[in-house]
Order: sequence, then C-alpha cells, then structure tokens
Amino acid sequence: MAQTSPRRTARRRPNWAPYALLTPAVAILLAALAYPVGWQLYTSTLKFGLAQQFGQAADFIGLSNYAELLSDPQIWAVVGRSLLFCLINATGTVTIGVALALLMQVVAKAVRIALQVGLLLAWAMPVVTAMTVWVWLFNWHFGLVNWFLTKLGLPFTNHNWLEQPSSFYAVATIIVVWMSVPFVAFSVYAGLTQVSTEVMEAAQLDGASGHRRFTQIVLPLIRPVLMIVLLLQIIWDLRVFTQIRLLQDAGAPASSTDLLGTYIYRLGVGSSNFGLAAAMSVFVLILTVLLSAPYVRSLMKEDKA
Amino acid sequence: MNASLTRSAVSAPPPTVRRWRPGRLLANLIAVLVALIWAFPVYWMINSSLLPNAVLVSTRPRLGPWGGSFDNYAAALASGSFFTSLKTSLIVTLTAVVACLLFAFCAALAISRYRFRGRTSFILAVLFIQMLPAEGLFIAQYKLMANLGLLNQAVGLAVLYTAAVVPFTVWMLRGFVAGVPADLEEAAMVDGCSRSGAFFRITFPLLAPGLVASGVYAFLQAWNEFTIALVIMQKEDARTLPLWLRGFIQASATRETDWGQVMAASTLVALPVIVFFLIVQGRLTSGLVAGAVKG
Repeated sequence: MAQTSPRRTARRRPNWAPYALLTPAVAILLAALAYPVGWQLYTSTLKFGLAQQFGQAADFIGLSNYAELLSDPQIWAVVGRSLLFCLINATGTVTIGVALALLMQVVAKAVRIALQVGLLLAWAMPVVTAMTVWVWLFNWHFGLVNWFLTKLGLPFTNHNWLEQPSSFYAVATIIVVWMSVPFVAFSVYAGLTQVSTEVMEAAQLDGASGHRRFTQIVLPLIRPVLMIVLLLQIIWDLRVFTQIRLLQDAGAPASSTDLLGTYIYRLGVGSSNFGLAAAMSVFVLILTVLLSAPYVRSLMKEDKA
Repeated sequence: MNASLTRSAVSAPPPTVRRWRPGRLLANLIAVLVALIWAFPVYWMINSSLLPNAVLVSTRPRLGPWGGSFDNYAAALASGSFFTSLKTSLIVTLTAVVACLLFAFCAALAISRYRFRGRTSFILAVLFIQMLPAEGLFIAQYKLMANLGLLNQAVGLAVLYTAAVVPFTVWMLRGFVAGVPADLEEAAMVDGCSRSGAFFRITFPLLAPGLVASGVYAFLQAWNEFTIALVIMQKEDARTLPLWLRGFIQASATRETDWGQVMAASTLVALPVIVFFLIVQGRLTSGLVAGAVKG
C-alpha cells in the first residue's frame, strides 16, 4: 500500500512539490550540520591550534593530523575503551529492556502500571539532574550506596567509586543503562502488543514451548523495532559525553577515564588543538558509520519492500 | 497522571490465559522490585531536597523526609538566575519544537507521498545525520554561531536543536504519513473537497498522534540538552536550565556542597519534564512504535 499509492499520486501532482516540501528541512540540516561537517573535514587537514585561533593563517598539512592520531597509542586506548563501553552498554540496555518488556506482558495490570511509572520517572529525568542524583548516591563519604553496602558487612566505608577506571566505568554503566532502558522497554513493549494473542495461543495449543514461541513468532515480528532500538543505542553509547563529563566533574582523573566524546572535547576546547580534534571527530564519524552500516542497509531494504 | 495510566493500560490488552502459578508470582515480584529500583533515584532526589544538609551529611541516612521543609527550594530559587534560565529554556525549546514539527512534517510528507529523484539519498542522509557525533561537531558549530553573531542567543541554540532533532522526527512522522492511505484523501476530493480541504479534514486529524509524539520527543531533547548549550551559551544570563543547575552545583562545591539545596535545584529542573511526561506518555510510546514498525 505504502508503495503503490505514492506512485499514483505522484503522476497527478506537479513534480516540484516534493522538493518544495523538503526545502526547509534540507536548509536547516545543511546550515547547522552539513556546514560544520565540512568545516570539520577542512580543518582536519590544517595545523589549527591556539595561534590560528587568534588570527594566524592556518597551514595546510594534508593528512598529518590523521597520521599523528593513528600513531598515538593513547588514542587507541581511548578507542578501545569506547568500543568496549559502547558494546557492553548497548547490549546490556537492549537485553534488560527486552526482558522488562516481556515482563510487562505477563504480570498483573497493577504491577505493570507500577513498572511503567517507575521506568517513566527515570526516562523523564534530564541528564544533568539524573547525574547529580547518581553522584550523590555514590558520594564516597555520605552516599547511600556506601552506607548500604557497609550495612551488608562489606568494606565500603568511604570507598571512592570514581578513583579507579574500572569502578568509574561500572558506575557510568549503571547510570547509562538506568537512563536508556525505559526507551527500549517501552518501544519493544509497544511492538509486542502488536503481536496477536490468537497466534500465540494457537502456537501454545500446538505445543510450542515458551522459548520456541519467543524465537519463532515474537522475535521475527518485533525485529524492526529491535533493529532501530539497537542501532540508536550503539550510536548514543559510542558518543556518550554528558555522563562521562559530569562524572569527571565529580572528581575522577580525566586522562584515564576519557572516552571518545570527552577526549575530543579536551583536544579541542581544552588544548585548543582544533585540527587534531577535527581529525578525531572525522575518525569517530567513520567508526560510527562502519558500526551501523549493516543496520542502515537493512532499514533501507525494509523501505523498498 | 491518571489519564495516562488508564490509556497505557487500555492500549495493552493482557493475555487472556491467566493462571496464578509460582512462576507468575515470581515475575510479579521481580517487576515490583525493578519498578522500585528504577524509581528510587527520583525518590531519593525529592527526599534529599526536603531535608536540611546537616541531616544529609550525618552518618545515618534518613530514608524518608521526616522533619523536612521547603527551605532548600527557597534557597535555590533565591540564589541567582533560575527564572532567567527558565525563560531561556522555554523560548529555545518551544521555538525548536515548532520549527522541527513544521520542517519534519513537510519532509515526511515528501518522502512518503512522492517518489522523486533524490528521495533515497535524502533518506540515507537523514539516517546518517543521526550518527554524526554531536561532540565532534560542537567546535564547528561554535565557530558557525560566532561568525553569525549568535553566541549566547536563544535563536542560535534553537536552530542547532531543530537541526539535531529533525532527522529522527522525519523518520518517526514518515511512519504516520505512510499509515494514512492517500486513497482516503482522493476519495474526499471525489466527493467535492478541495485538495487542501481534503488534507486538513481527513489526513491531518489522523496524523495528530504522530505530531504529538514527535513534539514530545523534540521537547524533551531540547529541554534536557546539555552539551551544545555548554559550548554556545557561556554567558551567565544566557544559560538554559541544565546549565543553571551545573552552575549551581559548582557554586555550591566551592563552599562545602549543600546537598539539600543541590537536590532541590535538581528537582526544580526535573519536575516540569516529569509531570509533562507522565501526562503524554501513552501517546509517546504508541507514536514511537508506529514510526518504527510501519514501513
């Protein structure tokens, strides 16, 4: 339906109409995003530091910034950490989100509403607010988490969670997953409600186990939602910035806890090395495109189908 | 809040077979536990915001707001520019929402109602734009705004927010527009409606839920955004609410951090969004799915 009707209408309407309709969106995307990307590409080939910021001409140095990046072992450490963080957070978020969506289907109505309200509260929290609360919960001196763990008899009195990179990332993961699960859970749950109960009951009567019903009926039907949700999580978690930045604000050593977003920020705004920061941004952009290319391809296929 | 609860409950008919088995009981218990865990930080924020700092930094946490007051709120509101920031946030957010809905709606109409040269490239561009790392772009966006003289201006920030939200909104609205068959419009025209009449009487009302869902999405993104605002709005009187909160926390940290006041300030920033969100959530989730599932 979606495919045949546009073709029929297209013949009757003047063919400049779609272009006119696209103009405002394209204009603002060109101005606010495409121009910066172009600037980024251009600047990444320049020697652009503090001196150039104050008016000195920037020299064209070709791909030297990229060469400098690729030969710096610290960058590879940051890239490795970011990829690991992204994969753990994205899979963790989607797994928990799907589990909660399935849970919503089987529990009593009152319990489901309670669960939805709980998730909704977390979803609605502005990032900066949420981070403030979590930093307070994990406060090494007065935080509730340390108090609770100490109560359980564990040695967590005045434990500083942000000092060690490993526990820093553990805290960051808890926060990111807490923030992102509601979106996944609601999207998948809404997808699940479109799976007809008749089909499920028929499968049950035919003796299909719960596991088989899930993999053979539910999973294929909610695949489009899962794909989009997973793609978005990967994109969002790879460029996680605010959470890491605000945790660093709360007293973590920045150099050993930087991920891609905060690293670019420090290169550019911190050290005023805009050329290098721009090259790094282009690198991240390529990385994201590579990571998500398979998803985009299958989304495009669904568009044609 | 009640309205949204009933709506979400209605939109999801429970499975017809329902027996109380140990497994089901366990599932219910887990669900309640998860609900409590997810809501807890919000509870803890409000609880802490009502207690004096002396209580908060004692060795035994007080688990409920007993003996609490609104003093922290008074202090947070008194110290500086909350209302200026509220105004900036409102202007930026509303401008971005209106512009984004208008632009994205037109674009969605174009790609779902017409086949034209460049259509596939536009869809691809929209998908890829969502992947642009905002943190990699803010330096360039800062330069752009500086050149245009729009630093510390609500308009500049609103333009950047609109551009950031338009791609996802196009994607979402496209599902809705595709869901309204063009035949319906044509039938109305056969019955004597004008083209615009057919559009505004038939198609537009059917798209309302999609517009609401996209509008809410845009609202939340703009209201909660932190990174771009941090770079573009550096002047103190140009701050949006998230920046005001960060400034408040930093100011508090130069003395001994007053956690009660910090939590009260956090609650002030979060409360409007939470209330708004609880009201519209039913429409938002159904909108997300319609956008994602329908081709």
